[in-house]
Amino acid sequence: MSNTESELTVSLWRGAQSGSYETYKVPMHANQTVLDVVTWVQRNVDPTLSYRFACRVGMCGSCAMTVNGGPRWTCRTIVAKVVKGGRLEIGPLENLPVIKDLAADMRVFFEKWQQAKGVFAPSKTRHDAIERIKSDSEARIAADLAIECINCAICYAACDSVRWNPDYLGPAQLNRAWTLVNDVRDGKNPERLQAVAVKGGCHSCHSLQSCQEYCPMSLNPTAAIAGLKRRTMRAFIKGEIKA
Amino acid sequence: MNVRLYLWQRLTAAVMVPMIMLHLALIFYATRQGLTAADILSRTRGSVAWALFYGTFVLAASSHASIGIRNILTEWSPLKDRAAGVSAMGFALLLGALGLGAVAAVVSP
Repeated sequence: MSNTESELTVSLWRGAQSGSYETYKVPMHANQTVLDVVTWVQRNVDPTLSYRFACRVGMCGSCAMTVNGGPRWTCRTIVAKVVKGGRLEIGPLENLPVIKDLAADMRVFFEKWQQAKGVFAPSKTRHDAIERIKSDSEARIAADLAIECINCAICYAACDSVRWNPDYLGPAQLNRAWTLVNDVRDGKNPERLQAVAVKGGCHSCHSLQSCQEYCPMSLNPTAAIAGLKRRTMRAFIKGEIKA
Repeated sequence: MNVRLYLWQRLTAAVMVPMIMLHLALIFYATRQGLTAADILSRTRGSVAWALFYGTFVLAASSHASIGIRNILTEWSPLKDRAAGVSAMGFALLLGALGLGAVAAVVSP
């Protein structure tokens, strides 16, 4: 017999790209997280349930899923805050292919990370003196505001521009590029600005701000992308990059 | 959308903003003063200033709108980039021709 006081009705996506939601009854506990719910199903009902997690403390960015319609980091999402009428619907992240059940295929996310030149390119060698970075410089403040990204792909899953335009690099990728554009130690900045100024780059962002709305780290990729738009426009006018 | 199209769309928007303000002010003025079509035409016919003002506005509007149309077509229709670009260019030419025709009708002596 179901008891709505002590039981959750949880629908989990089962299958790959095509599949369906299957419903499970899960005991409700105080301070239970969405990840706890998924883990309970795997350990007590169906060990073949696939999902991804690692740190369980909101650092690794691997446990993001779609919870009751929105992308969330499941290890830090308390069930009580997202449950609707005793029900939870948990699926894989949107805008990414599904490998199986709740595990999305992150390859395209990290390929676009590379495309946006989201990798630090040192401009000095170990024989050079360590560069002093002023923590109150305008560039460092801009980089610091965007630096805490944990690569969870929640912004990517929430972004309608990604949904409409498969070429669009994505908010996390452009946010990362913005931190490096503002890093005085980086030696690849004309190339990076060029990489984000072409079709599918920062100018494809419609500033809908879902990335900012859902980012679990409270970052604002829309602001970072606006910064890239300004910076690339200036570089284009100066002839440093091409369209 | 790339940086060139983005720049053109922002530039044309920047050009149009003060022009739209002036255009709205003109509409209010004409209606408040009860100007007839003949009154308006007597002011615009042969005027290089009005021809330049509305000619510039038409060119800015047709460029601005067609860049937006191109974006909508690439994101919302099955058209590929090239086809979307050609369609948007066609739209720009149509809008430009209609607009410049209208300007010519009120400024030509």
